[in-house]
Amino acid sequence: MIRMNELSTPVPPAAPLAETRLPIIAARGLTRIHGPGCLRCLESTGGTTGRNLCPHCRSVVAVAGVSFDLHPGEILGVMGESGSGKSTLVRLLHLDDRPTSGTAHWRGTDEGGHALEVELTACDAAQARWLRDRRFGMVYQNPHLGLNFQVTAGGNIAERLLTAGEGSFRAIRDRALSLLDRTEVPRNRVDHKPGHFSGGMQQRLQIARALAPRPQLLLLDEVTTGLDLSVQARILDLILEIQRRTRVAMIVVTHDLGVVRLLAGRTLVMRHGRVVESGITDQILEDPQHPYTQQLVSSAL
Amino acid sequence: MTAASTSSTVSAANTGAGDHFGFLDAFAKRELRRASFKALCIPGYQVPYASREMPIARGFGTGGLQLSLSLLTPEDTLKVIDQGADDSVNAVNLRRFILATCPGVAATTRTTAASVIQTRHRIPETPLHAGQIMVYQVPFPDPLQIIEPSEAKRRRMHAEVDYARLLVRLYEDLVRFREVAITNRYPARVAGRYVIDPSPIPRWDLPKLNRSHAIHLFGAGREKKIYAVPPMTTVEPLAFSDVPFQVEAFTDDEGGRHRCARCGAGDSYLDEIVLPDGGRRWQCNDQDHCDSHREESLR
Repeated sequence: MIRMNELSTPVPPAAPLAETRLPIIAARGLTRIHGPGCLRCLESTGGTTGRNLCPHCRSVVAVAGVSFDLHPGEILGVMGESGSGKSTLVRLLHLDDRPTSGTAHWRGTDEGGHALEVELTACDAAQARWLRDRRFGMVYQNPHLGLNFQVTAGGNIAERLLTAGEGSFRAIRDRALSLLDRTEVPRNRVDHKPGHFSGGMQQRLQIARALAPRPQLLLLDEVTTGLDLSVQARILDLILEIQRRTRVAMIVVTHDLGVVRLLAGRTLVMRHGRVVESGITDQILEDPQHPYTQQLVSSAL
Repeated sequence: MTAASTSSTVSAANTGAGDHFGFLDAFAKRELRRASFKALCIPGYQVPYASREMPIARGFGTGGLQLSLSLLTPEDTLKVIDQGADDSVNAVNLRRFILATCPGVAATTRTTAASVIQTRHRIPETPLHAGQIMVYQVPFPDPLQIIEPSEAKRRRMHAEVDYARLLVRLYEDLVRFREVAITNRYPARVAGRYVIDPSPIPRWDLPKLNRSHAIHLFGAGREKKIYAVPPMTTVEPLAFSDVPFQVEAFTDDEGGRHRCARCGAGDSYLDEIVLPDGGRRWQCNDQDHCDSHREESLR
């Protein structure tokens, strides 16, 4: 087969192939401890201890030693129960919070399209803002966090575009309408405030707003939680469609097995701030190795 | 009451023994001048200062008053206007207080003759010349106040040149009214950096700030901030690249422009006056401009 392929199609240039294999985010040993922290924090929490509160210094070990690679165009699932550190991990990557230790290396492009690498755990406030405004998109579980309810749907998208430096009213208006089309929000609702939208529509508007500056990384934190099943299905379809069309890399945080099964190619399973199991999603769901994952999968089925 | 007796009453009642020229003590003046210099060095930046207790209530022009008192010397000529008029209550009170506490300072209503012009809500129509200082009474110094209640966050937004949410307000206006509905306090970018609230002047006056020959000092007494537009500094109204900023048009029913009923001027900011019989009359808002235009046309 390989021989046939080599004969029938021209050999693709090697360099871009190697380039695309580099991860967009390489996280190594990310740790976030809320509280004073002590030398015994890590050994006395997580794993068999069954807790993430350090008994010696009363610090909360929210995330401990999380490492992963996220490749361009990939959807990575992060699964776990409440308090397992999923949202803290996303907050660290979105630069809303700084880790106690560990590194996260971001690889993308600058304004001119040239390769740019940023160490997320060491970047200054201006760089963090630039990344949040132009390179990252974030969708929250609660639409009140991701949307401005004082302004219209179009205004919400305009805010992201204006922050990213767009200065033409016509261009902003056109882009807002095309984003609403793509996220299946009716065009005639563009001048309505999000408070008048249904929950599913608010969530789709949040996605439209996050996508406005053409981000290279999209972080989705429990986007379907609290929505009814048919609306959930539409949003999951939408996310897949966006991933197919824009090839944006995504991290999908959820406690719902169905969501990772549908969306994520690879999945991290978290508990007490630790990654207890990681790998190909299908493999994890069909043949879970860790007792916690086994329990999770069997309880869902 | 004569001017002399007014003067003695005010100074006796409020300043007591050992009167200072200009009411304020030397330390207060030094602080105001330092803040003004800093404001001129960083155009548009709001410099905090310790606003002093004045014998008029905060909100009645104490910021502008303190600036004027720190600027005036016995050689100066002062003009005080309120809504374009030299004889409205606020202007009369402020002028009387300044003249009573600054012996030697002359008062005028002529824009061209004044060296210091304290104003509320207007910039004179007559072009300002080098050497003149405009002093504004500012109620709300921060243009971001309408969109962000926390001052700590507003300061960060200024530091990061984060004015996108002000433009969102313009976007919302364009969508709802097909034009920008901000009639006064129109946010403007000074020297390509800080966005200021130019005090409640109408949109009409905003282009006069751009590359003006005069010094423009803004004092907010209640909010304790001073900011400035130095001479020959660019002041651009916030706008989208494809929706130009526009001043008031004063178009009448036939599509022409209303003229001043008193002096006939067709190039000034007009007030609409409702007459007892229900009719409408349009008249110059700037009293000095109207007077001089009228004199010229009568001559």
